[in-house]
Amino acid sequence: MNKTLIIVAASLLLAACGERAQTIGGARQDAAAYTGTGKAFVQPGWKPGDKASWESELRARGQNSQNEYNRIN
Amino acid sequence: MARMKFVCDAERCIECNGCVTACKNEHEVPWGVNRRRVVTLNDGVPGERSISVACMHCSDAPCMAVCPVNCFYRTDEGVVLHDKDICIGCGYCSYACPFGAPQFPSQGTFGVRGKMDKCTFCAGGPEANGSQAEFDKYGRNRLAEGKLPVCAEMCSTKALLAGDGDMVADIFRTRVLQRGKGAEVWGWGTAYGSRQAGKPAAPAGAKS
Repeated sequence: MNKTLIIVAASLLLAACGERAQTIGGARQDAAAYTGTGKAFVQPGWKPGDKASWESELRARGQNSQNEYNRIN
Repeated sequence: MARMKFVCDAERCIECNGCVTACKNEHEVPWGVNRRRVVTLNDGVPGERSISVACMHCSDAPCMAVCPVNCFYRTDEGVVLHDKDICIGCGYCSYACPFGAPQFPSQGTFGVRGKMDKCTFCAGGPEANGSQAEFDKYGRNRLAEGKLPVCAEMCSTKALLAGDGDMVADIFRTRVLQRGKGAEVWGWGTAYGSRQAGKPAAPAGAKS
């Protein structure tokens, strides 16, 4: 009987010695860029939410604005 | 799509600082913080070269590795971003970065050093895309508007290239072949990995 009481009392007392988790959650989840902003000043020619159209729009924009060999030669 | 990358063509950069100005204006970056800057080697000597430097959005980012609070994350497009709500302004990232990209405002509510600020590849941060909160903390999210970083789009000589890594590499390769010189891309091996930098080659069929 005494033994049981000691075990119960010890387990209750030692429960306070437990540690809280100290792991860091890290950065929040960010929305993908191809989902768009839902506002004005968005480049026309692609559909927000459509990843393929967003990628092709960016690729075309990059080629048209940065690769002058496409335009001159 | 591969990964979003910057490349600065040292043969073309004329040290006009248009990229620096465009970045500061687009994102309303505070005084004392320059997300992008132009570095000139052998200034005043014939044959001097300039490059525009900002966060290179490294494939194996040292800032991410040393951050004690894990505030960095990488988007699906390979853009390295951080969460200012988690950043404690310790400055480890600035010591780790080989390009000096992390910047710290000298004024603010978070002590003298303030929370880290850096180039976002015009991709904002973890706040809702296009929100006022995102603009206030990180600047404009041009990628979510279907646009490329303003520094590269404003570059008058197109020395600074930005966008999909494969596309940028193709444009640069065409230039080098046409002019027959200037194949060196400073920082490329350090940021993106290359055999020259002592890193293994990418597996066959993998995108850059």
